[in-house]
Amino acid sequence: MVMKSLFSRRSPGVNMPAFLLEHTLNPLQELEQYQNTHLTAGSYGATASFTGTMRDFNAGDNVQQMTLEHYPEMTQKFLDQLCNEVMSKWSLVDCLIIHRFGTMKPGDAIVLTAAWSAHRKEAFSACRYLMEELKARAPFWKKETTGKGQRWVHEAGD
Amino acid sequence: MSIEVKFFASLRETLGIESTSITSSAGLTVREVWDSTTDSAAYPVNTLCAINMDYAHQDDAVKDGDEVAFFPPVTGG
Repeated sequence: MVMKSLFSRRSPGVNMPAFLLEHTLNPLQELEQYQNTHLTAGSYGATASFTGTMRDFNAGDNVQQMTLEHYPEMTQKFLDQLCNEVMSKWSLVDCLIIHRFGTMKPGDAIVLTAAWSAHRKEAFSACRYLMEELKARAPFWKKETTGKGQRWVHEAGD
Repeated sequence: MSIEVKFFASLRETLGIESTSITSSAGLTVREVWDSTTDSAAYPVNTLCAINMDYAHQDDAVKDGDEVAFFPPVTGG
């Protein structure tokens, strides 16, 4: 089904755990599916994950909808390089990024980052680094629809 | 040489250009590519640029066949 097709893009032995997704993201299902498909039970002792979810408010306004634009080839390249960077920087078993693009509603998951390691310190650090780097540099742009019309979001939030 | 040029998000809307290509007999920097494709529009101070999907600087040289992109600060995640 949807999750199977998402992860089947990764060829055996190829480390490319970054995925761009136009349809609904169910982070907990994706996490479990990825774990079951790509990780060996017992090979890791720590799983850290982060999910970013769309709010219905921003800058004092009610937000009804959001469209996330990206630069497909550069975004994929950037996220692949980011995964490779954390895999070399920390002692990890694996890591994962799934990021939405297109139109979404409040409550929809926007992004999932995850890291698996033998012990918690590496998993926490790597998962946070994935998210902070992604927010600072991955080429995505948010356009919000509020009661006042549409507007671009000009700064990455905290 | 031939260069592909792309604009994203608010820059694309402001300039009214999504993608274009230019040819030049001389070597160009990223900033000169901007000037050639935007009729020397003002370059917003926070504009980011990339060559072949890697972040670049305004004064970096562009080669034949490169893809140059301009975009505003990113807001993903």
